[in-house]
Amino acid sequence: MSTARLGHLSSHIPFSLVDGPGNRFVLFLQGCNFNCPGCHNPHTIASCNGCGLCIDECPETALVIGLATQPDVDRHLCTMCEICVDVCPYDSTPLSRWVSVDDVVTMIRPAARYLSGVTVSGGEATLQADFVRDVFDAVKADPELSHLTTFVDSNGSAPQQTWDLLAPSTDGVMVDLKALDPSSHMTLTGASNESVLESIRYLHQLGLLYEVRLLLVAGVNDGAEAIDATCSWLRSAAPSARIKVIAYRDHGVRPSAADLRPPAPERLDAVAGQLRDTGFANVAVI
Amino acid sequence: MQVPELKDHVESIITDRTLSFHLRRHYLASAAESVLDHPPISDECREALDKRIICDMFEGNAPYRPRYILPDYAKALAQGSEYLELPPPDDFDDALNFLLILYTQVPSITGYPVYLGNLDTLLLPYADGIDDEHLYRSLRRFWVALDRMLPDGFVHTNIGPTDNRIARAILRLERELLQIVPNLTLKVDPDLTPDALLHEAVETVFVTGKPHFVNHSLMVRDLGEDYGVVSCYNSLMVGGGALTLARLNLKEVALRHSGSADSFISDTLPPYVELNAQLIEARIRYLVEEVGFFESDFLAREGLIDIDRFSAMYGIVGLAECVDTLMAYEGRDARYGHDAEANELSYRITEAIGEMVRNRPMPYTAGSGGRCLLHSQAGLDTDDGVTAGTRIPIGTEPGMFDHIMAVTPHHDRFPAGISDIFHVEDTARRNPEAMVDIVRGALDGGMRDFTFNLSSNEFIRITGYLVRKSDIAGFDEHGGRHGSTTFAAGSVRNSKVEDRAIKRVAIREHSPTRSPQ
Repeated sequence: MSTARLGHLSSHIPFSLVDGPGNRFVLFLQGCNFNCPGCHNPHTIASCNGCGLCIDECPETALVIGLATQPDVDRHLCTMCEICVDVCPYDSTPLSRWVSVDDVVTMIRPAARYLSGVTVSGGEATLQADFVRDVFDAVKADPELSHLTTFVDSNGSAPQQTWDLLAPSTDGVMVDLKALDPSSHMTLTGASNESVLESIRYLHQLGLLYEVRLLLVAGVNDGAEAIDATCSWLRSAAPSARIKVIAYRDHGVRPSAADLRPPAPERLDAVAGQLRDTGFANVAVI
Repeated sequence: MQVPELKDHVESIITDRTLSFHLRRHYLASAAESVLDHPPISDECREALDKRIICDMFEGNAPYRPRYILPDYAKALAQGSEYLELPPPDDFDDALNFLLILYTQVPSITGYPVYLGNLDTLLLPYADGIDDEHLYRSLRRFWVALDRMLPDGFVHTNIGPTDNRIARAILRLERELLQIVPNLTLKVDPDLTPDALLHEAVETVFVTGKPHFVNHSLMVRDLGEDYGVVSCYNSLMVGGGALTLARLNLKEVALRHSGSADSFISDTLPPYVELNAQLIEARIRYLVEEVGFFESDFLAREGLIDIDRFSAMYGIVGLAECVDTLMAYEGRDARYGHDAEANELSYRITEAIGEMVRNRPMPYTAGSGGRCLLHSQAGLDTDDGVTAGTRIPIGTEPGMFDHIMAVTPHHDRFPAGISDIFHVEDTARRNPEAMVDIVRGALDGGMRDFTFNLSSNEFIRITGYLVRKSDIAGFDEHGGRHGSTTFAAGSVRNSKVEDRAIKRVAIREHSPTRSPQ
């Protein structure tokens, strides 16, 4: 395997209780091909363009102009206050970095005994599918890590070839379905959902679809008609999937999301109930 | 204490409307004990005690019963009790009744038994032929009786490490009854404890804050197969216990030091370690030689305890403040729990203290080879500005992974118990497997005890014992039914229990505000 390959890492957390089964190490990769107004981590969308605006804003003077486009970060000075992230007008961060597969394995190792697995999220993880595959292969090959399951958290935009590439080393995929209706999906993501629907169907066929996540936004994708259609589509495309019904939350998002509202809690429960009635055994409301 | 002061003190106890009859009587006994002189100690020891550099946990001037007693309940069930005029029980309900009676006769520092036994192991031999419904109904009555008859959060029972129907029934009752009593520890062994039992225990924590999870193989290594976890995180030998506990406040020692961290460990620390040992020795000698507890108590006469299974607990507190102070002396801005340099120093300190305690002979502690057992002491309700044991200060704890990494190296060194408390966000409810992973990993990584609680829980851990938030809220007006709630009310007022950044606090058995100094 090519352990020399680099991945663009936005950040990582050693323990996560919400990114798949059990306790998981999560890698958030930098870069996304969707542009959801309601994104809660908009700084993971774009790569740094080297504008340098954040350098003067850093209260710890941890950012300096280096040889690369992106500012260099003095990780000893940085306190992770993330003011640089807040001031970035381009949905990026100077804190992301390029890491090797070996770097990632070294990061995971001390946490391994506390984990069920590793999840690669983002950003959109599949945009760096080669790197993800290499990380997963390295995890499976390492005696201390081989007990870990490997999961991808995706917006579902990847083509079949990408899933074929990942399938041999991937144990499960969690896919967001922001809306079944194409125009609602465009509103919520800035992209078509054609490939998302194909991915869900294909991952189910591969036996890799662990979970579909429905993000509900009041008045956009939570209407009776939309939910009826979603239930029946999911029933045919992914009848055994776990479904997570997630309420859109309107704090910490960009001004472009000003019109988006969370659904009422009763609505979430009703949608979950309808999914259960449709035949989905494992439905959770978040 | 002079007579007029004593009269005032006695009257204040008798007329305190926030105290139950039993607590008033408990404090009156402490007041009477305070009339006596402390067992003889050196002037240096007296001074260190007065300044609370070392502390006898406000046990009282004249220790007349061991602090923690772990009767051999299996032996009692097998042989019956002459003193209690009870034959050996021969069925499940008789066994429960037998134990309930025996519990009322077990002394401790709190006046209530701190150890109720490894209940599943004790009761399984009586459960053959008992159907699940019978077992559940009998255990339910028993469980309610424990909480109502022994109303103290330090009353502690153990289950595990094997999976069995009694352990399962106890976890179910815990979730249903939501009682403070008994405190509960699950012994966990990677080979003996299946995931299914751990999973159910984790679900029980979500509801009740119980059980604690302890590292069975580490305990067996240090204490032998027959050990128990009692009160709060005190691990001791069954058939024995701890004669006393005195603690060294490392923060206070650091404040009396000037110079390097090296000279703290080599020069300043050792004399104080010795003074605390002297305090322990004086109290042990009084209990064994003057009081003659083991010559008169029926538990000893009937062989349910044996002085040769006893130990004494050598406690430390304030490691965090000690380390941070020493780092500051060295001009380093490094904090315990956050910086590798500070953590390394903390490990050197506990290693050095462990070595000194292992090299310091102690009378009447044959259970632990004639030495004290080191204990990371979980606090007193009057503690202010000093962090329990070896914990990271409340509100400053790092993320769970870093927290575990920072504290784990200490756990190996504290055979008599150590505790770190992890408050977990409510999202854990939806992913109990994640907590099973973390518990397994924490014990596999060398933690002796793993305790966690949900931030939203109605139960709040004060040191190791639980109280209900609603009980504390109403305490100042109407008092509480549980003795430990009295302590907790003080602890919450004095410390930052409630703003624990999704984490927790300290322990106590005697309220110094009620014990005349």
